[in-house]
Amino acid sequence: MNDSLRHVRTIAKRELGGYFNSPVAYVFIVIFLLLNGFFTFKLGYYFERGQASLAEPFFSWHPWLYLFLVPAVGMRLWAEERRSGTLELLLTMPIEPWQAILAKFLASWIFLGIALVLTFPIVITTGYLGSPDYKAIFSQYLGSFLLAGTYLAVTEMMSATTRNQIIAFIISVVVCFGLILCGWEPVTKLMAGWAPESLVDLVKSLSTWHHYAAFQNGGPFLRDALYFVSVIGFSLFSTSVVLRGVRGS
Amino acid sequence: MITVENLVKKFGPKAAVNDVSFTVQRGEVLGFLGPNGAGKSTTMRMITGYMPPTSGRVTIGGHDVVEDSIAAKRLVGYLPESAPSYPDMTVEGFLSWTAEMRGLMGNARIDAIRRVSGLCFLDGVLQQSVDTLSKGYRHRTCLAQALIHDPDVLILDEPTDGLDPNQKHEVRQLIKNMGKNKVIVFSTHILEEVEACCSRAIIIDRGQIVANGTPDELKARSDFSGTVTLRVHGVAGETVRTKLSNVAAAGKVTVAGDAAYVNARVFPRNRAISGELANAVARVVASEGWSFDELHTEEGRLDDVFRSITMPDTAKSGA
Repeated sequence: MNDSLRHVRTIAKRELGGYFNSPVAYVFIVIFLLLNGFFTFKLGYYFERGQASLAEPFFSWHPWLYLFLVPAVGMRLWAEERRSGTLELLLTMPIEPWQAILAKFLASWIFLGIALVLTFPIVITTGYLGSPDYKAIFSQYLGSFLLAGTYLAVTEMMSATTRNQIIAFIISVVVCFGLILCGWEPVTKLMAGWAPESLVDLVKSLSTWHHYAAFQNGGPFLRDALYFVSVIGFSLFSTSVVLRGVRGS
Repeated sequence: MITVENLVKKFGPKAAVNDVSFTVQRGEVLGFLGPNGAGKSTTMRMITGYMPPTSGRVTIGGHDVVEDSIAAKRLVGYLPESAPSYPDMTVEGFLSWTAEMRGLMGNARIDAIRRVSGLCFLDGVLQQSVDTLSKGYRHRTCLAQALIHDPDVLILDEPTDGLDPNQKHEVRQLIKNMGKNKVIVFSTHILEEVEACCSRAIIIDRGQIVANGTPDELKARSDFSGTVTLRVHGVAGETVRTKLSNVAAAGKVTVAGDAAYVNARVFPRNRAISGELANAVARVVASEGWSFDELHTEEGRLDDVFRSITMPDTAKSGA
């Protein structure tokens, strides 16, 4: 176990260093913060609302922001290793593949977490202007972080299917968009026209939409957290299956 | 140390490696030869545990590379064919990372980096990032990575590819020296490399082993092994042929040449290499009073053997 943790840490450290060794990290963080500001103040009418809440003006944009930014962060995870041949190097080290899969996921998730934490001025601003519910803000941040992790895990799996980062990016955006859409009101209404209710509910429950919303209004529920964790777990497991196929051929 | 039993790898219906078996002991340097696409890299990928075999078994130091992969991989240093490394890291950062992956910490890690950067001539570029390096340096960076934990087993896929002649020589010396107390398997398509540093060579073609022996044994399989070459001038070709054909130990005699020089090749009646045939030819030369500037016995050339084994239909016609 000790060895496993050491391997995970070693690989994760390299991955995280990889982001900050190149301009990718800084470009990403700047774009993320700029877009957040734009959405919150311009499209979210933060000041005009006159409410000490971040749910509507700030967090409601995250599913859409992440839809493009998270695949951009995760697309290289395996595609680049496959393209450059380092996959062979990595997987002939004395490690189990799951250690590399988990390490890569954690490194990128921590990176997304850093970007998310850097939005803290909006919390300070709100605290200065009014008296927000900090517990709610915490749970909203937690929901946002879990959502980012979910998109990231999906992207990691897609990244393992190809040597081409652009293809990994596009497929990931489409799949993540699907995860949002299947809980979106107009789509579920369309389905309700022909499908039995139980099927509609099932599809709805697979969507990130309602689980994310649960964190935004009224605090987190265990089953919503469980949803995110299980999608992450499933995606990482699928990554290991995909990689086994890649090595075999 | 390495045991390969009935290894098969199929990609769809096509078998890239078809029933390959061999063993390598400590102290052996095994050269892996074959035309492009013969299955060399695929075999090496299965030995290192990267690629699972379709059937068959590989054990390293008694550990099955599939069942007990971590223990097996610990013993192995591997240089993949394209010598990959992470371009965004410095050479030192990359070596430090591989050392850590191999469980080397603290001073052991610093010593290991110093040792391999000396062995692979990387001292001057340790602080450079990999993507600024020339191909030769990148190649040696990846080689250094394979040596970092001083492994018992080295699997090197074309270790001298992309190096200049001096570097090639250094790497061959390195392989030869390390081979004394390790197991080294390396693939190449440069035949002089096999003669320079292998204690044994395997030739693989279309997924199967077609020859397995010491470089000398392989050379003895050459059609020209044991033949005597003679170059004389001032004598007609036909005369040379007639006189040499009368030598008791001689078989076929071929003659080629122009007005100035005649090149004769005398095949022995039986194939054992000895000085006997050359002596007999020399006596003919002396008694006829021919003036000559070359007379020697061929050991056989590996490239002839290689060609006649891997291209059985066309090679024999060339000479």
